[in-house]
Amino acid sequence: MEHYISLFVRSVFIENMALAFFLGMCTFIAISKKVETAIGLGIAVIVVQTITVPANNLIYTWLLRDGALAWAGLPDVDLSFLGLLSYIGVIAAIVQILEMLLDKFVPSLYNALGVFLPLITVNCAIMAGSLFMVERDYNLAESTVYGIGSGASWALAIALLAGIREKLKYSDVPEGLQGLGITFITIGLMSLGFMSFSGVQL
Amino acid sequence: MSAPTVKEVLFNPVFKNNPIGLQILGICSALAVTSNLKTAVVMSIALTLVTACSNLFISMIRHQIPSSIRMIVQMVIIASLVIVVDQILKAYAFTLAKQLSVFVGLIITNCIVMGRAEAFAMQNPPMLSFFDGIGNGLGYSAMLLTLGVIRELFGAGKLFGIEIFQLAKDGGWYVPNGLLLLPPSAFFLIGLIIWGLRSWRTEQVEEPAFKMAPQVSEQEAY
Repeated sequence: MEHYISLFVRSVFIENMALAFFLGMCTFIAISKKVETAIGLGIAVIVVQTITVPANNLIYTWLLRDGALAWAGLPDVDLSFLGLLSYIGVIAAIVQILEMLLDKFVPSLYNALGVFLPLITVNCAIMAGSLFMVERDYNLAESTVYGIGSGASWALAIALLAGIREKLKYSDVPEGLQGLGITFITIGLMSLGFMSFSGVQL
Repeated sequence: MSAPTVKEVLFNPVFKNNPIGLQILGICSALAVTSNLKTAVVMSIALTLVTACSNLFISMIRHQIPSSIRMIVQMVIIASLVIVVDQILKAYAFTLAKQLSVFVGLIITNCIVMGRAEAFAMQNPPMLSFFDGIGNGLGYSAMLLTLGVIRELFGAGKLFGIEIFQLAKDGGWYVPNGLLLLPPSAFFLIGLIIWGLRSWRTEQVEEPAFKMAPQVSEQEAY
């Protein structure tokens, strides 16, 4: 149990998807102008990440890994080069299914998250979650925890940034820095802050 | 609007319409791989090739793709190209591939590739799209190489791993600025580069959401 809590804390604070690995930056900057939309997108990312990382873990363990097809009588087959294609396919498919399910059964949630779901397919944070999972050899339980944690880390970062930017728009920024420039510098400062978590051990 | 010329699509993205500086595309990898120049160069080449080829192929079949499934078709083409790049890197430059870790795979979700496929290749003939891909790749590379040079030179006193400034700890004069090798510095640098670019080309400056009221004169204030 302790192992999982430690993994969770590490993935949220120390290995923050947005601020330590710069993942999902495009949406991170584009959608962080208002706190409400930022939180909506953050929640959508947590949900999708929690489903896709374990799903890709299953695919990797049972279909793609070197010798994974032993259960089908093909112990010498190594399909790991198909990884990238399968992960992105799984992510796109799950996002699509999630969109349809939400539309059918939970329309209120669909209205809140709907516009963000297509964006998530091309969010690098989601894809990176699956790739890190493969690179670090997580098992199913670990990858579930990692999925929740990394999703939460991204959601936390975008909510914080949106809060800062909402205040920032009243400030008097030099002309060339207006908009994108000052946002980058703000993220830099946030990332500096998050670096102080490194070395925290449970 | 007249059709863009090859020269336009090739050089506009470098300064005038830089994918990173103005369009906010493809920033993720721009930050993560630039702490030394070697990875930055490899990443630039890989991305330029993938963007150019995916633009070419998507443009060739643009009349055959049904618009309802175009995303998936584009995704499959891009993913296949990235797999090729990934496998080549693993075969010929294994240590480098390890250093780049997941970021080669993340070219798939790099918004530049998708963005150009969607915005340009779907409407334009193959050769023009190919050059547009190269142009945008160059814009991305320009940014990446600038960052890579600044970060490696001042952060470690080296370029391509060869010592340029003699470090103080080996009896030289240069005390490296370790902050430049850490993630936050990349954000600061990009912010500053955007500032520079926009002071040069003022038409890129964004309108502020709120204007400050003109200064109240001292007499009125008291």
